[in-house]
Amino acid sequence: MADPATISPATLLKDELDIVIPTIRNLDFLEMWRPFFQPYHLIIVQDGDPSKAIKVPEGFDYELYNRNDINRILGPKASCISFKDSACRCFGYMVSKKKYIYTIDDDCFVAKDPSGKDINALEQHIKNLLSPSTPFFFNTLYDPYRAGADFVRGYPFSLREGVPTAVSHGLWLNIPDYDAPTQLVKPLERNTRYVDAVMTIPKGTLFPMCGMNLAFDRELIGPAMYFGLMGDGQPIGRYDDMWAGWCTKVICDHLGWGVKTGLPYIWHSKASNPFVNLRKEYKGIYWQEELIPFFQSVTLPKDCTSVQKCYTEIAKQVKAKLGKVDDYFNKLADAMVTWIEAWDELNPSGASKSSDLPNGASK
Amino acid sequence: MSLSIKDDEIDIVIGALRPDLTSFMNEWRTIFSRFHLIIVKDPDLKEELKIPEGFNLDVYKKPDIDRVVGTSTSTIFSGYSCRYFGYLVSRKKYIISVDDDCYPAKDNKGILVDAVAQHITNLTTPATPFFFNTLYDPFTEGADFVRGYPFSLRSGVQCALSCGLWLNLADYDAPTQALKPEERNSRYVDAVLTVPARTLMPISGINIAFNREVIGPALLPSLRLGGEGKFRWETMEDIWSGMCVKVVCDHLGLGVKTGMPYVWRNDRGDAIASLRKEWEGVKLMEEVVPFFQSVRLSREATTTEDCVAEVANVVKEQLGTKDPMFARAAKAMLDWVKLWKSVGSST
Repeated sequence: MADPATISPATLLKDELDIVIPTIRNLDFLEMWRPFFQPYHLIIVQDGDPSKAIKVPEGFDYELYNRNDINRILGPKASCISFKDSACRCFGYMVSKKKYIYTIDDDCFVAKDPSGKDINALEQHIKNLLSPSTPFFFNTLYDPYRAGADFVRGYPFSLREGVPTAVSHGLWLNIPDYDAPTQLVKPLERNTRYVDAVMTIPKGTLFPMCGMNLAFDRELIGPAMYFGLMGDGQPIGRYDDMWAGWCTKVICDHLGWGVKTGLPYIWHSKASNPFVNLRKEYKGIYWQEELIPFFQSVTLPKDCTSVQKCYTEIAKQVKAKLGKVDDYFNKLADAMVTWIEAWDELNPSGASKSSDLPNGASK
Repeated sequence: MSLSIKDDEIDIVIGALRPDLTSFMNEWRTIFSRFHLIIVKDPDLKEELKIPEGFNLDVYKKPDIDRVVGTSTSTIFSGYSCRYFGYLVSRKKYIISVDDDCYPAKDNKGILVDAVAQHITNLTTPATPFFFNTLYDPFTEGADFVRGYPFSLRSGVQCALSCGLWLNLADYDAPTQALKPEERNSRYVDAVLTVPARTLMPISGINIAFNREVIGPALLPSLRLGGEGKFRWETMEDIWSGMCVKVVCDHLGLGVKTGMPYVWRNDRGDAIASLRKEWEGVKLMEEVVPFFQSVRLSREATTTEDCVAEVANVVKEQLGTKDPMFARAAKAMLDWVKLWKSVGSST
């Protein structure tokens, strides 16, 4: 197999990857990303007031959807897409026709590595997605497929092929992704630590997935990347990516795919207002005490052989077990089902590979 | 170094597999000299040990080992396993152990890494095995728990084991190093992280530290390869011991950390020669890993000794019939628990 280092990954996936960006203000940040993003197609999901015109810098190939478009395309199913929250970005995942998605926030810029070189975050995400994951046994030297690393003594050879990577979760220098209480206590803390590692999050372990700098194999795991009901009219915010991450991880664990975290870093420039955040998150902070045990104990039956089947099953269990925590979860469970229906409508099987694994009954 | 930890709570245990420890001790002098050291000479080593002056240490050789455990038992301390004798006779709370072919490493800024201080920091700050923190160690300066990390899990659990890493000669198995003879680890990853609960990993004995009071009996000499030799490529004893320790820690709700500190591991030995001599260890892991992944300890196992005994019995039942090496390992584990109770426990 050709060494990925000799083929520019940018050339490799130019027509196979969409960059999904939610925004309410402007896309000036794209100027800094131009050298890395310009070859790719952008899907811009405009949140907030649809009558406002979003200016996209010249030279980018893009499609833009505002709330009117979302309502037109999904009809009544549009109810599952959040309004006035960046969670609306998952609409972009649904309408994309590409194999891979990279999503980034509009306050995230190009970071520099310790040598001072600009980090091509997209290139690193692609490397992460194109190389296997190793969820069944932890490698103490982290990603064994990186140049200069390998599996350590004691790592069984039968596990060294790894499994397909479904998600690549990147990190952030400068403003760290803290919750509101932590932000209030440490308003000046900046993440200056460049940890030169990519690693697979082990099977059976949950993590807080941040949507600021995230890439995934849409054909594998797309339907699980629903970012929930947040924002306008909802009791909670800033848990969209968390929710998607927990569902995604449970499903990846069940279907035998990997989730990586670590490099690449981006530079997160904007600290959101912690008091606004607190109001959005506050229910989430105590709900998550119920949510985590729920996700840790979710078991999916053997006949859930597709992401859609897994996701629908999780929705069922959300209603059964979390409905009593708050009625919000009944609505969320319904929205999860609506999302899958909408996904399948926009992505009929045959067109996408998000169908059953071998040995499962096809749709 | 945490101000609340006194130097006299720490023992540094060195297994001497080579006689001349002069350069090893001198390289570590600025870091080791304030601590008490236990040096255990490989009973198979014929030459006299050469140890430079200026250290507070106790040296144990074959006659000493024979005297404490008896001549028939002392064979379990041959080779790399000699360090376990040091763990047995120590009475300190924390033990740090590095191989005698490792020197202090330098970090990304060119500063010498105080491996002892980092291990102690790892052991004296909580571990977080129940949920993965994407910014790694939340207790380190400049980091914290990220958004989405449940608050009830933020106090963490006690860290029982700290597994360090190696620059230069990484701890690869012989086939891997033989395939890439020039490969050296030059990547300094500035992180410590907790190994999640129920996740297993190969725990290398090259650079390790633990809370002896809490987990002492679970680090043990038991699995000995038929062709076990005097290079790490020819052993699996630490990997086996590490599996036991992780299973026990998971059961008792204790944490295991991995990452910094790094040590600089000197080039030594020939991977191809080791491979020709000993490939058995590599094959073994195919059985060992699924086995340990399936071990579940009973509710009644509430002490480390009980846990180790239970693991030993499961090893005997499930692996003992597959290979006499496992049957011997199970027996060695049970013997170790008895030995620990008689010799290892503080009075």
